Amino acid sequence: MKNRRSVLEILVTLPSALWLAIFFLVPTVVVMAIAFKPTNPYGGVGTGWTVATWLSLGNPSYPAILWRTLWLSLLTTAASIVFAVPVGYYLARIRKRWRQFLLLLIIVPFWTSFLIRIFAWKVLLHPDGFIKKGLVFLHLAGDGASLLYNPWAVLLVMIYSYVPFAVLPIYAAAERFDFQLIEAARDLGAKQWQSFLKVFLPGIRRGLLTAVLMVFIPALGSYLIPDLVGGPDSEMIGNKIAQRVFVDRNLPHASALSSLLTLAVLLPMTVVLFLPGRRGRPDLMAGEGK
Amino acid sequence: MANGEFLEFEDVSKYFGRIRAVDGVSLSVRKGEFFSLLGPSGCGKTTLLRILAGFERPDTGRVLLNGRDITALPPHERKVNTIFQSYALFPHLTVRENIAFGLRIEKRPKKEIAEEVERMLVLIQMEDQAEKYPDKISGGQKQRVAIARALIKKPQVLLLDEPLAALDLKLRQRMLMELDLIHDEVGITFLYVTHDQGEAMSLSDRIAVMNGGIIEQVGTPGEIYEAPRSSFVAAFIGDTNFFEGRVAEVVGGEYSRLVIDGFPEVLCFNDKHISVGNPVYLSIRPEKFHISREKPETGNRHNVVQARVEDVIYQGLMTRYWVRSGEYRISVARQHSRFLLDETPIRWDEDVWISWHADDGYMLERYSESDEKLVSLPPENIGEVNGEGNGAA
Ligand SMILES: Nc1ncnc2c1ncn2[C@@H]1O[C@H](COP(=O)(O)OP(=O)(O)OP(=O)(O)O)[C@@H](O)[C@H]1O
Ligand SMILES: [Mg+2]
Repeated sequence: MKNRRSVLEILVTLPSALWLAIFFLVPTVVVMAIAFKPTNPYGGVGTGWTVATWLSLGNPSYPAILWRTLWLSLLTTAASIVFAVPVGYYLARIRKRWRQFLLLLIIVPFWTSFLIRIFAWKVLLHPDGFIKKGLVFLHLAGDGASLLYNPWAVLLVMIYSYVPFAVLPIYAAAERFDFQLIEAARDLGAKQWQSFLKVFLPGIRRGLLTAVLMVFIPALGSYLIPDLVGGPDSEMIGNKIAQRVFVDRNLPHASALSSLLTLAVLLPMTVVLFLPGRRGRPDLMAGEGK
Repeated sequence: MANGEFLEFEDVSKYFGRIRAVDGVSLSVRKGEFFSLLGPSGCGKTTLLRILAGFERPDTGRVLLNGRDITALPPHERKVNTIFQSYALFPHLTVRENIAFGLRIEKRPKKEIAEEVERMLVLIQMEDQAEKYPDKISGGQKQRVAIARALIKKPQVLLLDEPLAALDLKLRQRMLMELDLIHDEVGITFLYVTHDQGEAMSLSDRIAVMNGGIIEQVGTPGEIYEAPRSSFVAAFIGDTNFFEGRVAEVVGGEYSRLVIDGFPEVLCFNDKHISVGNPVYLSIRPEKFHISREKPETGNRHNVVQARVEDVIYQGLMTRYWVRSGEYRISVARQHSRFLLDETPIRWDEDVWISWHADDGYMLERYSESDEKLVSLPPENIGEVNGEGNGAA
């Protein structure tokens, strides 16, 4: 009986496992392999193996870029979560009809190309745009200041782009949350904010974790946003990778940088996911709660 | 506080749009009392409890606790604690942490919290389960943790919203006894909500019977069972037979003679002094009838009616007879006793006499439409809905 069930399980999961292996695992391994290949003058890969590319990553411009990539991504994640938690809470509490309408508003931007939405920001933040003029009028910005082509513009557009990825998993968790637990906490003497911190946040922690990963990982790999609204001082690692591929035509170098990024994401994630939790505690990665 | 009243609802109402969930309820609960709110689904019990806990603001009226008006206080400032029907244990905390929650919020010293929690764990006999998470313990254990979590706050009133509804019958009976013990032990006021009359009867010092947002009657279990004030109470609590009649004559002050279609005149206790000519219902509980083949003596305030047996149902503890007299199908319950086994038992289709004492019938004035509906229910239905908890008193 048990055996038959596990055979069935394997059959059912096989297609998605294959899909993941072919389109995710194999390319990752290929990219990592290329990082150990020498270059060739035509932009391809040479024969033989070398670690020279890895050694060249000590390039002094990299630490600054890595650091910027990290803090921009962390700030984006933090801001998205801070924004998404109250939104998710609110969405889970309001009437169904309103909820569907508001969810639609969150999803509507996805019907437009990502590229076009970023260009729209370029228009909004343009030196002759109304935001700039408004700020100047209010004496909040100098006439010569630029809203575009700096790390803050990148941060702003990144937050704008990634917030939905935080809202959706947090809303999903909040919707499953048993709000009677908040009443129970209030009943036991907790003020509103205490019940929020001590009961609501732990109650949606799985959604929070998903939201962090859903924002942080793509943020690390951002490339279009810093390319379009950032300046020379707001490059991220993604831009460097693109530059190595399209400008320098140095595939091994690009691969090495990509591998570095992949490892930077995978290592902390592995640690978080497999860190032994408190014994018996309903696990973060365990199946859905009741 | 004047006459020992501890918790008071004064003309409390709560409307949800058109629905009058609670409609002008006034109620006093004494200190240390085990007080039950009993009524059918949707009659406003939970709403009344939530008003006391502070989760709902009443539209009219006030709530007084220990002489103080608490109507506007937020939930966390009230010295009342609730045991929710679904328990609402915090899933991310262990049993021990769940129990400690209320004291941690108060920022009590760690050592004191640890001692209090230990005391509670002993009270609910779960010392060895303290480190488990709620999803790893049984329903009865969750129930006990919920009780401990509320009791550790030393509330002035403990609110229990159908705390046993989610448990199976066996466990329910055990928890019933445990609740009773805990109440004796801690001595605080319990306000207990249930739609199960058996629970209410066996636990409560007093019961308020609710129906459609209003309180129909407040009294001890005995008073409510023996002297229901309305046909709703009579039908809701236990099993009963209703007869439609009219007061024909008042006899010697406390008694009245009734005319009932198809019956000889019957004598009935009339403590409500319903005057001559008024339409009434006569309510007689199945176990109040005596059933026999020979005609029993009349007089001495006994009423006797002839009937034919339509059904005999052996129920272990007793036998239920459905007998017909005129247009009435009457439920009669008789307990077994040893010597009766020697008698030839009464069978289907036999002609019998049923008799009852004038004091065992209750006259109820017919005044509301819901009464009409109630009485027109076939007696079988009333028996089924309420039969379960019979005799628990
Ligand atoms: N938040 C609410 N919004 C609208 N109507 C409500 C709300 N809460 C309760 N009601 C209505 O008020 C009435 C009383 O509800 P309440 O929950 O107090 O009943 P109850 O006696 O506890 O019933 P049960 O035994 O089923 O728990 C019901 O008709 C219910 O539908
Ligand atoms: Mg209820």
